Amino acid sequence: MIGGLFIYNHKGEVLISRVYRDDIGRNAVDAFRVNVIHARQQVRSPVTNIARTSFFHVKRANIWLAAVTKQNVNAAMVFEFLYKMCDVMTAYFGKISEENIKNNFVLIYELLDEILDFGYPQNSETGALKTFITQQGIKGQHQTKEEQSQITSQVTGQIGWRREGIKYRRNELFLDVLESVNLLMSPQGQVLSAHVSGRVVMKSYLSGMPECKFGMNDKIVIDKQGKGGTTDEAGKSELGGSSGKQSIAIDDCTFHQCVRLSKFDSERSISFIPPDGEYELMRYRTTKDIILPFRVIPLVREVGRTKLEVKVVIKSNFKPSLLAQKIEVSIPTPLNTSGVQVICMKGKAKYKASENAIVWKIKRMAGMKESQISAEIELLPTNDKKKWARPPISMNFEVPFAPSGLKVRYLKVFESKLNYSDHDVIKWVRYIGRSGIYETRC
Amino acid sequence: MPAVSKGDGMRGLAVFISDIRNCKSKEAEIKRINKELANIRSKFKGDKALDGYSKKKYVCKLLFIFLLGHDIDFGHMEAVNLLSSNKYTEKQIGYLFISVLVNSNSELIRLINNAIKNDLSSRNPTFMCLALHCIANVGSREMAEAFAGEIPRILVAGDTMDSVKQSAALCLLRLYKTCPDLVLMGEWTSRVVHLLNDQHMGVVTAAISLITCLSQKNPDEFKTCVSLAVSRLSRIVSSASTDLQDYTYYFVPAPWLSCKLLRLLQCYPPPEDGAVKGRLVECLETILNKAQEPPKSKKVQHSNAKNAILFEAIALIIHYDSEPNLLVRACNQLGQFLQHRETNLRYLALESMCTLASSEFSHEAVKTHIETVINALKTERDVSVRQRAADLLYAMCDRSNAKQIVAEMLSYLETADYSIREEMVLKVAILAEKYAVDYSWYVDTILNLIRIAGDYVSEEVWYRVIQIVINRDDVQGYAAKTVFEALQAPACHENMVKVGGYILGEFGNLIAGDPRSSPLVQFNLLHSKFHLCSVPTRALLLSAYIKFINLFPETKSTIQEVLRCDSQIRNSDVELQQRAVEYLKLSSIASTDVLATVLEEMPPFPERESSILAKLKKKKGPGAVSVNELEDAKREGGELNGGGERADTSAMAASNASTPSPSADLLGLRPAPAVGSAPPSTGSLLVDVFSEGSAAPSAGVNDDGFLRDLEQPPETSDTLLAEGPGDSDSAPPPAVSEEPAPPLPEAEELLNKFVCKNNGVLFENQLLQIGIKSEYRQNLGRMYLFYGNKTSVQFVSFSTTVSCPGELPTQLNLQTKTVEPLIEGGAQVQQVVNIECLTDFVDAPLLNIKFRYGGALQNLTLKLPVTINKFFQPTEMLSQEFFQRWKQLSQPQQEAQKIFKAGHGIDTEVVKAKLLGLGTALLENVDPNPENFVCAGVIQTKAQQVGCLLRLEPNAQAQPGEQMYRLTLRSSKDTVSKRLCELLSEQF
Repeated sequence: MIGGLFIYNHKGEVLISRVYRDDIGRNAVDAFRVNVIHARQQVRSPVTNIARTSFFHVKRANIWLAAVTKQNVNAAMVFEFLYKMCDVMTAYFGKISEENIKNNFVLIYELLDEILDFGYPQNSETGALKTFITQQGIKGQHQTKEEQSQITSQVTGQIGWRREGIKYRRNELFLDVLESVNLLMSPQGQVLSAHVSGRVVMKSYLSGMPECKFGMNDKIVIDKQGKGGTTDEAGKSELGGSSGKQSIAIDDCTFHQCVRLSKFDSERSISFIPPDGEYELMRYRTTKDIILPFRVIPLVREVGRTKLEVKVVIKSNFKPSLLAQKIEVSIPTPLNTSGVQVICMKGKAKYKASENAIVWKIKRMAGMKESQISAEIELLPTNDKKKWARPPISMNFEVPFAPSGLKVRYLKVFESKLNYSDHDVIKWVRYIGRSGIYETRC
Repeated sequence: MPAVSKGDGMRGLAVFISDIRNCKSKEAEIKRINKELANIRSKFKGDKALDGYSKKKYVCKLLFIFLLGHDIDFGHMEAVNLLSSNKYTEKQIGYLFISVLVNSNSELIRLINNAIKNDLSSRNPTFMCLALHCIANVGSREMAEAFAGEIPRILVAGDTMDSVKQSAALCLLRLYKTCPDLVLMGEWTSRVVHLLNDQHMGVVTAAISLITCLSQKNPDEFKTCVSLAVSRLSRIVSSASTDLQDYTYYFVPAPWLSCKLLRLLQCYPPPEDGAVKGRLVECLETILNKAQEPPKSKKVQHSNAKNAILFEAIALIIHYDSEPNLLVRACNQLGQFLQHRETNLRYLALESMCTLASSEFSHEAVKTHIETVINALKTERDVSVRQRAADLLYAMCDRSNAKQIVAEMLSYLETADYSIREEMVLKVAILAEKYAVDYSWYVDTILNLIRIAGDYVSEEVWYRVIQIVINRDDVQGYAAKTVFEALQAPACHENMVKVGGYILGEFGNLIAGDPRSSPLVQFNLLHSKFHLCSVPTRALLLSAYIKFINLFPETKSTIQEVLRCDSQIRNSDVELQQRAVEYLKLSSIASTDVLATVLEEMPPFPERESSILAKLKKKKGPGAVSVNELEDAKREGGELNGGGERADTSAMAASNASTPSPSADLLGLRPAPAVGSAPPSTGSLLVDVFSEGSAAPSAGVNDDGFLRDLEQPPETSDTLLAEGPGDSDSAPPPAVSEEPAPPLPEAEELLNKFVCKNNGVLFENQLLQIGIKSEYRQNLGRMYLFYGNKTSVQFVSFSTTVSCPGELPTQLNLQTKTVEPLIEGGAQVQQVVNIECLTDFVDAPLLNIKFRYGGALQNLTLKLPVTINKFFQPTEMLSQEFFQRWKQLSQPQQEAQKIFKAGHGIDTEVVKAKLLGLGTALLENVDPNPENFVCAGVIQTKAQQVGCLLRLEPNAQAQPGEQMYRLTLRSSKDTVSKRLCELLSEQF
């Protein structure tokens, strides 16, 4: 189990140090600083073993979070915990920065006491935590005995993530499908690897203890229904087929703790009592039939030893009615570049010496369009015979659809005790596709 | 040196550096650097002309980026351009960049060298200095090649400025250290030495470093520097503290120079010229006097400088070791430091005293400080100082104070640091042995040692106790009593059990009279430790038990009971099990007489160099052992062994010995046979013997290998081959071991007999004749060995082993069949040896023959006459061809030459026959002098073929008896030339 948890700033100074077990000594703090933060070579592995002690770290901006243990723990659990911890901190005081941590260090220690007990992770649900760890501190006289006992029963109860007796005038819920698409493509346009990792994030403002059911175009579900269902339904799905592909194959997925896994295993239906506020319902990954929103066509020509000509064409590959946003193409330049001239038809392009790249930005671009940039790069002759490694061209963008093809089919809400039905709930669904590592070799 | 003005301060660089320092993360830093690099690249783009200032600035930035750990692959050209600037700062930055970033980039090196040459020949001293510093900083071979000739000229030129001379001297020193072969002083030597007389103290200081280094390589050429150094030193020493202006450091005149002068003098023996010597002694006295004066300043720098000179002076006095007066004074002054506040001073004082103690003049004076040193050992806080104190105690020990020192060291050992314990233990052991007046004291000391620091007592230490106890009759009883008492402690160290087991097994009878230490009590005491011990110790204890059976028949049943119990007779360790089984059988079958013979008391050990001393030497490494110690060891060896040589040869033999070190093996596991062909297992032999019953008890018992370990003295690895053959001849039959005997002394001679012939009688004595017939083709050979029994009695258990000592197994491949174990009287058996030469070799394989003649084991070892020349293929060639090849093989290592006296007069026909027998082709009409013999051949080995040319030049005209040969061998492999030359020179 986790023996201790440290938070460092970028210089390696300790901001937070919480030790849960005796086998972690004071020197562990320094060991991590010396061997990871101040290491000569950048440490890339998130797990480092120093003197029979394991350090698991994640970095947020300039802040290092490190969990320490001497035992053989489940590394995935530790990282899950660290990410959760980041979420909790963000929920409490916003961005994780040195200043914020310094300003909230009492709160952080309080949180650490609550979410880790003797190194075992406890309830880390923000909504639940906020009921008894408040930024103002708990004021005993304001809370009645009843409320206090309610906290206890909730935290120790079956549904630890939602308290009872929530009431909203307007029952509303927001559903975001957030996907990031990763691609590596050869210069000839052959897909070398591609996958989408997506999340379904939900914001719920529902009264009482509602029971929700979430449905999407999961291939297994659709196929099952297609076989066992009526002809009527089959006809429907045929109709749907004309508007695009109807079902997607999900490679793997994980759920929020509120989802009843037994039901998912048996019926593959996702039913749950949602926590209040914002949370991540599920995460998934797909690798088949991905819609690639952009295609990059590079053309690099070396003219002698001192000149390089680059032409890059990007093509958008989605419905013309949709608009992609925040498009950014980064074209790497050789290390001995001494000057760059760029011409582009759309957007703005600039040579950024600090990144050794030409950065081309386009604010908006509709589907089924294309645009191009050409650049002349002057080189300085060097005595190094090393050839330039030609790193790939990378791209960033945001599109208003899910590149995996995932569709939300329904989200039903049942609350038997209170007098509102599924129809009374206002539901909002939004799809956002972002680029992950979206690279084309040149 | 022109000061860097504020306006010249390169603001851009300062801004860049502060930007970098303000970066919050590594990534930000890399971004900033990338930006700057792009900026510099655009500035360095060919078409723009940059002024010197900006060029300097950008080169500086590049240098800074490089020093941050990033690769720089451009800007070298701009840096080289800076070299030709006339501004000091620009030139300086250029040189700085070159010295940091230069790589052997051919085109640039040429440009750089050119620029340096220009600067060296300019008359501007600052530029010359910059160039010299650059050469010294780079210090590569290329630099040395280009400038090694130039710099000495600058150094000794009359018109060179002092500061340049300083730089030149140090630069030359640096080049000399990198490539001594390129810096040839020759004609400059005397002028460099005369730099010691230079007016400028800085030049002298720089020059003396150079001279010290050079004179260490060729002391003779620089001999003249001694008198100059002495006069320079006396001038400094006698000067008042204010005379030397700039070179007075906290009231001490020129301390660095003085130290260096004293150090230079330490490279030479005391000056022979009386006047010079007198002056030097005067100087040294003055230094000693000055050290006694009250300090002129309270500052630590003042005393540091003064003490530095003092310690150097004392080192010189010790080095000369000829002025008793000075030595004693030095010793007394060091004595004052022994209790000084400064840890460093205490350390240095102890260290110097260690060397003083070895001088005969000051030994007594050192001894007066014994109390202080002992006190230092006990109370000192710093471990390194304690270590020195222990060293000093060891060095100052002699017969008069040995008891006190050993006692003190023993008492210190209980609290000593772990790091120095082992060394301390060795030292105590050596001192105890060296200065032991009565052996009971020695035994007490060592047993104490084992008790206090058993873990650190190495094998050698307790081997040595046993050797001494066995060799001295007078101490045996006392030793037995003492170990008996020591063993009674509830917890005693395993080494103590080993010593106890051994000594009680041998001499337990001497104390058996006392009812408190009756045999059974002794046995029970030993056996109570048995279960706590490791396997080798248990094996030793089992041997001790069987000895008990012999010494005290009344314990027989008890011991047999112990041996019979399952934990012994079915022990999972094969050695223990075998011992238990064999001893049990032996005790139940053999008669008391046989037992008494087999389990006789150990014969005395041959005296040899103390193995502990060797161990200490090894631990300290060569050079760390003081000369004194080595000489002591020799003297001792001389006293004990009647000739120091023997100790040396035994040590040499040890290094050649092929047997694995029997360190854990005093009484235990027999050394693995050196050859692949394993001798018949002793276990099976034993079964045979006992199945015959006690028909031939003595033979049976002698046949058993297992008793060997009782009979054989505890050997350290150096003894197996070191024991002269005389020992094995004269030793009583039970002492004959199954180890292959060492080669006969005449083996080498026998070998030489067969260099030029293939067939003949290899060996003959009253019992046995060995004949040889051999044939060779290419790299293969076959040898027939004929063993003839000359007596009328049959030889039993006849066995032969062919072994390859040392590296030979990788060079020669030998295969033999075993021979019949029985040779009837007058009969002859034949054995075939197949030989394959893998590569060239030097040693000859050994042939070991063992058999029983009338019950006595005969064991002899010969060298098989397989020599490298056997694999010769003759080559015919004409004169022209011969000399052409001769010239091709002209490298010195390819040639081996020897001039030697003709053994039997010069007979052309005999020589010819021998040369043909060698296997080479004798070439006629090749040498212009018809009297010379010329041969050629190719040695065929599996790995390669080695061509050999031979030339033998007799001087036949000389008087008989003074006739000489000159033998020259050239071959493509140096080892072959050498070996052939050795072999052949014995033939004529």
